[in-house]
Amino acid sequence: MRLLKLVPDDTNIDFVRLRHAAFVITTLLTIAAVAVVFARGLNMGVDFVGGLMIEEKFEAPPPLDEVRRSIERLDVGEATLQQFGDPRTVSIRLPVPDSTDEGATNAVVEKVEKALAAEFPGATFSRYSTVSGKVSGELVNHGILAVVLAVLAIGLFAIFRFEWQFGISTVVAIVHDVLMTMGFFALFREWLVFDLNIVAAVLTIIGYSINDKIVIDDRIRENMRRYRKMDMRQIVNLSVNETLPRTVMTSLTILLALAALLIFGGHVLRGFTAAMILGVIVGTYSSIYVSSSLLITLGLRAEPPADKPGPAPSNAERVGPRSGS
Amino acid sequence: MLDFPRWKVTSIIAFIVALMLLAVPSFFPEEQTAKWPIPHPRVNLGLDLAGGSYLLLEADTKDLANSRLEQMREQVLTEMRRTTPRIGIGDISIRGGKLSFMVRDASQVDAARERLLGITGSGAGMTGQRQWDVEVVDTSRFVLTPTQAGLNEAITTAMGDATEVVRRRIDELGTKEPTIIQQGSDRIVVQVPGLQDPQALKDLLGKTAKLEFKMVDMNADPAELAKGNAPIGDEIVPYPGNPMGVPVIAVKRSTIISGDQLIDARQAFEPQTNAPIVDITFDGEGGKRFAKVTQENTGKQFAMILDNQVISAPSINEPILGGKAMISGSFTVDSANELAIALRSGKLPVALKVIEEHTVGPDLGQDSIHAGILASAIAATAVIVFMLVTYGRFGIYADLAVTINIFVILGVMALLNATLTLPGIAGFVLTIGTAVDANVLINERIREERHRGRSVVQSVELGYKEASRTIFEANVTHAIAGFIMLILGSGPIKGFAIVLLIGIATSVFTAVTFTRMMVAIWLRRNRPSEIHI
Repeated sequence: MRLLKLVPDDTNIDFVRLRHAAFVITTLLTIAAVAVVFARGLNMGVDFVGGLMIEEKFEAPPPLDEVRRSIERLDVGEATLQQFGDPRTVSIRLPVPDSTDEGATNAVVEKVEKALAAEFPGATFSRYSTVSGKVSGELVNHGILAVVLAVLAIGLFAIFRFEWQFGISTVVAIVHDVLMTMGFFALFREWLVFDLNIVAAVLTIIGYSINDKIVIDDRIRENMRRYRKMDMRQIVNLSVNETLPRTVMTSLTILLALAALLIFGGHVLRGFTAAMILGVIVGTYSSIYVSSSLLITLGLRAEPPADKPGPAPSNAERVGPRSGS
Repeated sequence: MLDFPRWKVTSIIAFIVALMLLAVPSFFPEEQTAKWPIPHPRVNLGLDLAGGSYLLLEADTKDLANSRLEQMREQVLTEMRRTTPRIGIGDISIRGGKLSFMVRDASQVDAARERLLGITGSGAGMTGQRQWDVEVVDTSRFVLTPTQAGLNEAITTAMGDATEVVRRRIDELGTKEPTIIQQGSDRIVVQVPGLQDPQALKDLLGKTAKLEFKMVDMNADPAELAKGNAPIGDEIVPYPGNPMGVPVIAVKRSTIISGDQLIDARQAFEPQTNAPIVDITFDGEGGKRFAKVTQENTGKQFAMILDNQVISAPSINEPILGGKAMISGSFTVDSANELAIALRSGKLPVALKVIEEHTVGPDLGQDSIHAGILASAIAATAVIVFMLVTYGRFGIYADLAVTINIFVILGVMALLNATLTLPGIAGFVLTIGTAVDANVLINERIREERHRGRSVVQSVELGYKEASRTIFEANVTHAIAGFIMLILGSGPIKGFAIVLLIGIATSVFTAVTFTRMMVAIWLRRNRPSEIHI
């Protein structure tokens, strides 16, 4: 049986040559992403801004205008309506009633329920959430803290296990990934809600992206020991090429799994999966064009101090030119 | 590296099989597993999958501080009265979170101070700090200020009790497996799966159920009360159903009997009118007191005050002996039953309010489970086929590892009594992806080494060795992200992180150790001179 080979043996693509152009493009894209976030804002879920979210399932796809009108009649504040994937499911967002009375929020939920059920027979609620301003503030802080801590901890680990340049380049690449994801969510704010699930997605993207970078970094470190005299650009190129089959293979497998989740996983997970898919693509890109390329710019040397003990001394026996390249 | 003695093979397989067996009960309906004679740990389904309510309750600590001041006022009054000779005090007031009063006779200041030190307690828990600071200003005015340590201790005690009360109330509702945990210093998380009516739950939790019986001041002028002027020694309490027309009533400050002295409360019907009521039974002490008070005050009115609102103010027609009473008011059967539950479970020492709520209907939960299972199955199949066509025999090993890994994760989750949520399913799908990455790394490395011209055995050995280091590093960083999610995350993030972390741990074992064993056995048996990879 002939086995599938996605990437031919001994590729020798000169990734590094394009790095200056890539830096410019990456920087511009990142700035654009940040600009989009500021210009359009994120479509924050009730988790982060507080409020009330009712997800209603109708018998048949309802006309949104009518739904909106019947809610407006209740005088419960301005409603934001949104349809996800399934046209029969409508999410209704309302501000938390301006009252200290505990029952007020429940009363709103009940009112909306009754009105919709009366006007659209067969409409039932799928779920609802209410988050007070106090909690949402904490959730935002915790979310930001989690992301920042994750980036820092991973950067420190990279510095500890590798050289400082690896730490810096990794952190820069991850910040890029996170910003791009946020830009994506701002760009498609009509379809994607930024909520707690997305913070989980961002943290996973960070995890995945770092995973990808460590694999290449690990190879770069190995090649630096093996070819002490080799130019750094060559080493990076060689390492990226050597790990290319793995990069392609893994990204494709994960994308396959995520595609299944996106298509069949139901609408609740859709935003999460969309974020993950983007993250895998962006993360793979940034492994090559941000973190690896940045190592060259940061002046990582192919010749480490002679007395530096390596964690994998067994590499010594393998010094030799790479065959066929 | 490729040396696998028999004992090692046996123990690896035994370990895997044991973990996989732990996953089995989760595939059977709960009613069925409950009858199994062997232990049957299960993976719990999160609320987003099972349907149900998540409530985050927060204690009103201001309210607690106020009621502490009120209590202290009562204590001071009793204490000073009890002292012989009696210490005359006046102008007692609560202002700005402090309690202050005057001692009428300046020569009694020292005696008063001594008494106060006794009741304001020095032993505020383990810190040994005072509960209250006692100061004397202007020679005869005492000012009592609650200390932070004392307040914190009061909050801690109150929250412990409140959590217990909440648990009892929810148990009374008869829902299955509610989770009630205290979070931080002043919050309680309540998770009730499969709850049909979250409204009833919230109504029940919203009741402080502080029940007091106080005497009504029959001489108070309703017109003055309406203006908010209470006679001395009285307080004005809302009374929505007051037949006198004004929605308030004046009662004596001192409580004749309180809900603490209850031993039972049941919903019942008034014999004459058939209206729903709540029958209550006092304990021995409470019963005696109630009998005494009703004897002394026949012909007068007393008020039943629930959560600072008068429910009814019946006249005492005759002494009530035997420690039983009934609370009547404008109840429905449901509201009478709710009150009975609230009274039975004891009063909440502090008011709680819902600051976050997520309720998922049972239909959406079902839909999500189906979608999640379908997506996972398709994802797994796609990945398995993909690995097979790419790596041949080594792909089969990897596939086997991935499949085992799914069951092992479930097994470990069951063992840890972890909860599977919708983001958790996403975690599963992602774990399938990353577990495969380990095998991809290994197999690509073997390909590479083989390509460099090493022998089959050497390539395999080096492939595993070199890739293991990378896998270790990659997984550690991944785990760092996972731990941060677990610690800082709430709700969905936590559910995801649990699966992710377990998956990282188990995938290293299945994807590296297990496949290496399989490859080693195959190599030893067949001694192939060439491998297709």
